[in-house]
Amino acid sequence: MREISYADAVVEAIEEEMDKNEEVFVIGEDIGRYGGAYFANPKLWNKFGDERVRDTPISESAIVGFALGAAITGMRPVAEIMFCDIMTVAMDQIVNQVAKMRYMFGGNVKVPLVIRTPIGGFHNSAAQHSQSLESWFAHVPGLKVVMPSSPYAAKGLLKTAIRSNNPVIFFEHIQLYRQKGPVPEEEYYIPFGEANILREGKDLTVVASAVMVHRVMNVANKLEKKGIQIEVIDPQTLCPFDKETILSSVKKTGRLLVVHQACKTCGFGAEIAAIVAEEGFDYLIDSIQRLGAYDIPVPFASNLEDYTIPNEQRIFSAITEFLGK
Amino acid sequence: MDSKKLIELLETMLRIRHFEEEVGDLAARRKILGSVHLYIGEEAVAAGVCANLRQNDFITSTHRGHGHCIAKGGEFRFMMAELFGKTTGYCQGKGGSQHIANFDLGILGANGIVGGGMPIASGAGLSIKMRDTNQVAVCFFGDGCCNNGVFHESLNLASVWNLPVVYVCENNQYALSVPVKQSSLIQDYYLRKDAYGIRGCKVDGNDVIAVYEASKEAVERARKGEGPSLIECKTYRWRGHYEGEFDRHYTYRTKKEIEEWIEKCPIAQFKGYLIENNIITQEKIDQLEKEIQRELLEAVAFAEDSPAPKPEDALAGLFENE
Repeated sequence: MREISYADAVVEAIEEEMDKNEEVFVIGEDIGRYGGAYFANPKLWNKFGDERVRDTPISESAIVGFALGAAITGMRPVAEIMFCDIMTVAMDQIVNQVAKMRYMFGGNVKVPLVIRTPIGGFHNSAAQHSQSLESWFAHVPGLKVVMPSSPYAAKGLLKTAIRSNNPVIFFEHIQLYRQKGPVPEEEYYIPFGEANILREGKDLTVVASAVMVHRVMNVANKLEKKGIQIEVIDPQTLCPFDKETILSSVKKTGRLLVVHQACKTCGFGAEIAAIVAEEGFDYLIDSIQRLGAYDIPVPFASNLEDYTIPNEQRIFSAITEFLGK
Repeated sequence: MDSKKLIELLETMLRIRHFEEEVGDLAARRKILGSVHLYIGEEAVAAGVCANLRQNDFITSTHRGHGHCIAKGGEFRFMMAELFGKTTGYCQGKGGSQHIANFDLGILGANGIVGGGMPIASGAGLSIKMRDTNQVAVCFFGDGCCNNGVFHESLNLASVWNLPVVYVCENNQYALSVPVKQSSLIQDYYLRKDAYGIRGCKVDGNDVIAVYEASKEAVERARKGEGPSLIECKTYRWRGHYEGEFDRHYTYRTKKEIEEWIEKCPIAQFKGYLIENNIITQEKIDQLEKEIQRELLEAVAFAEDSPAPKPEDALAGLFENE
């Protein structure tokens, strides 16, 4: 199968949906001739022009709110916010308007809106460009929350997001944009709410998203040499959340570790831990463990940043200590 | 303007006034729960602007939104049922006073967040332009919204993209308790039109004909693809910020000031004008009001008799099934 980058997979998903449906358009900062802040890929603008690839001023509430107004009146916008840290600037529109509109209006409106936003981290971007804020949005009823970890997932899930009549917050990861992976030429969609078991194992269930999936997979290889077999699960979407796959894995392994880039307190790991404690308590032979960033803003210097966000060494130690090996 | 149109304007204002008086009474009797923000005194704005709109034109409204909804064609009974939290309400009891919406009538929703509707109306304008449908979007907002960031973001981008949006500022002179003079060095918000390079004007918001004429021009410009406008309507809210504020509004404004504005009642002024010019008689007006009152009583009965939602209905409607 051909291999393409995560960034190209994202562009390809949007391009295919724009080809299919004139209602689909993109709106955001530096997405036109500049080709996106990270992509350097003006393919969409070259093909669809200013009308359907709308560069905006630095007005995040307008990006989200204009997209919402368009979504409820017959269009299918794909909005981009340049960093998930910057989503905070548009929070009224996202939390009070986008998420609530359908419910608040008695279910009488469709909101086919995607907000794409990348998570930063691991590249000396410091406190305001390195957060992983997915749990904030998963906490708001009315938003679908998606977090792909591979080019294949990015394309298939984004196409599903654009087709959806519900608002979707689509978290990409800057560290993954250049990573290549197999993506079929044929069209496909990945449904929401289906976790992906990346590796089977009997000793421990590890749940991880986005970049952490890759770190955990590398650690899994090292652990295998020590005779430890971990099962690695990527939920892919936090809302809806596929708890069955995780519960049945814990039933098998008896142990759960959740690893995420977001800081530990009130991270999505807390929710996963709570679900398993509530619904899978009898499967557990040990306490549930969580590994997240320390509860501090992400610092600038490389070694400080590396220390703060779980790296492979910390993941490795967490697992071996957990298993007492 | 022909007599028919003039009488329609009066009728819309009367519908709003009677509805709001009834709602105020029902809220005082705890028949309607939650916050209600009445539009009494400001009727000429919604009536004058919406008289220029077609059913498929869009509006966004505010927390003080009943008047906009009525002027855009909202029916008493479905509004009232919503205020009563009944299944027959426009939002099936999920929205209440601050969230009435009906997309068939182009009402994209009242909004509990000041300024929340500004980018939404603007995005509807973008959609109109992209779909090329010859519609117009009107964004109603108060003076309290003018110093919020979305005001700037919306007017700026709508002007850059030349969108068919009419921004109607209802300057009732207080953002809850804080007067305009404490909020901005410039008292006339319409002057900000120049900052965006768009058209705009100030009108007496208690003069329904002035509001009608100014918005007619703006709506026509928008429809012709000549871009957005900013209209400021100077008006006044007679009641407290919300029902239940009672006399606390005397902490930020005087009884005398309120009475002076009641003297400038948009409905009394317009009635006088119509009678003086032999467009309608007092008897006809009395008859009209009697009909409105009858419809209103029916609406209240409809709301009272309508089924309440089942508690578990709360769980329905968050997402469209896929």
